[in-house]
Amino acid sequence: MYYIEDFGPRPALKAPLHERVQPPVSIPQLLVHSRKDNVGVVVVEGLAAATDMLCVVTEDNSDFRLTSKQAAPIGHKIALKDLSKGDTIVKYGEDIGKAIADIKKGEHVHVHNIKTKRW
Amino acid sequence: MKNEAFWGYRRENGRVGVRNHVVILPVDDISNAACEAVAANIKGTLALPHAYGRLQFGEDLDLHFRTIIGTGANPNVAACVVIGIEPGWTKKVVDGIAKTGKPVAGFSIEQTGDINTIAKAARQAKDFLHLVSEQHRVECPIADLWISTKCGESDTTSGCGANPTVGNMYDKLMPKGIYGVFGETSELTGAEHLCKMRAASPEIGDKFLRTFEAYQNDVIEQFKTSDLSESQPTKGNIEGGLSTIEEKAMGNLEKIGREVQYIDVLGPAEAPAKGPGMYFMDSSSAAAECVTLMAAAGYAVHAFPTGQGNVIGHPIVPVIKLTANPRTVRTMSEHIDLDVSGMLRRELTLSQSGDALIDMIIRTANGRVTAAEALGHREFVMTKLYRSA
Repeated sequence: MYYIEDFGPRPALKAPLHERVQPPVSIPQLLVHSRKDNVGVVVVEGLAAATDMLCVVTEDNSDFRLTSKQAAPIGHKIALKDLSKGDTIVKYGEDIGKAIADIKKGEHVHVHNIKTKRW
Repeated sequence: MKNEAFWGYRRENGRVGVRNHVVILPVDDISNAACEAVAANIKGTLALPHAYGRLQFGEDLDLHFRTIIGTGANPNVAACVVIGIEPGWTKKVVDGIAKTGKPVAGFSIEQTGDINTIAKAARQAKDFLHLVSEQHRVECPIADLWISTKCGESDTTSGCGANPTVGNMYDKLMPKGIYGVFGETSELTGAEHLCKMRAASPEIGDKFLRTFEAYQNDVIEQFKTSDLSESQPTKGNIEGGLSTIEEKAMGNLEKIGREVQYIDVLGPAEAPAKGPGMYFMDSSSAAAECVTLMAAAGYAVHAFPTGQGNVIGHPIVPVIKLTANPRTVRTMSEHIDLDVSGMLRRELTLSQSGDALIDMIIRTANGRVTAAEALGHREFVMTKLYRSA
């Protein structure tokens, strides 16, 4: 479809969802699968250090707040408590590997500080 | 009631297809050129070139035939022209597909040459095309749908949104009598104890565990170096925040929901034989290989959750992409059929998301073209078990 200016202004196009201003509702920054977990998943883009995060536990829809100590990309994990080298990382209420360095509450958790117990 | 039925093509053997392809199927790699020439001549037919079929033997050859025959027998194929280098194996494939009762014909190249073979096969393909173009969709109960699943380029959002959405769909549709299948044997590492418990009986659970351990011993342990060479989890998985295979496995298992129990363990490309229900298929976790095996087992629609944005499709099975990752929705929307990123914002409940997927599956079964179909993704990739003779 094309428009000729003489026929009047073009209809306003709706901005794509991601370009619209988000209403200031309580969108969580961190999702946690289980109350047993010691890590949560960053579910927003551009999470900065020192963000006061709304964290939602999806199994029972409860929530709590936690301050991020480091920036982390969407999909990456944040520690919910202080962890020591050798500690088991728990997500989904299950063992997903071990810490290979000490990790402080609020810090970024990924392949630099945790590892599989399998391979 | 909504989503209790769909419009499909009822085949001679009672199965229902959601597409109506005339396929030009090579028995072996060296017959690809003839098949592609036929498909180029007869518009609306589809060649399925692949890399194998020569000097394979034993279990690997069995799998090759099972995959080729199963693909031709899939109900999304209305009619099939088979071309092979020689008549013996060509006839074997034709006979296998003919058991479904659908129109199928075979041509072999030796002592004929490509050009005359192409001419004969093209006339047959044209006749088939006229025939199937007059077939009509009929209303079918949802129980006639066979839905497979496999996830790809997963990230942690997969486990939070897209994979549980697939699980919710299965929880809702299994009681209606559909067939389902999941697989990805190595990708259950770390969740194998949980997967075992999801079997319908302890015997089936043991069968799963034996299959899992055989894959670990025969494939992974035999060939791995210090780790899995950034292949499990993949580089894309790691970029998306998945740190370990155990974490990925937990997300993977979300695809079978909360209630579903699998009723049998299938070999690669093996058709389910115990009636409606969920099946586990021993398979690679590579997207194109896994989807190809599931299509060869007879599954007609595929639900494919992704995190970072795997772009895979299949020539005859519509592959429905869903993602919960808002960045993937934004950066590669042309690949995504269903956006469930609202789950991460807590705007969309699991049940609402599952319903949205069921809607999309029914629409796709009715004829809606998927993103992968529109973009021409026709990955047909056979699994090879070991080197050829």
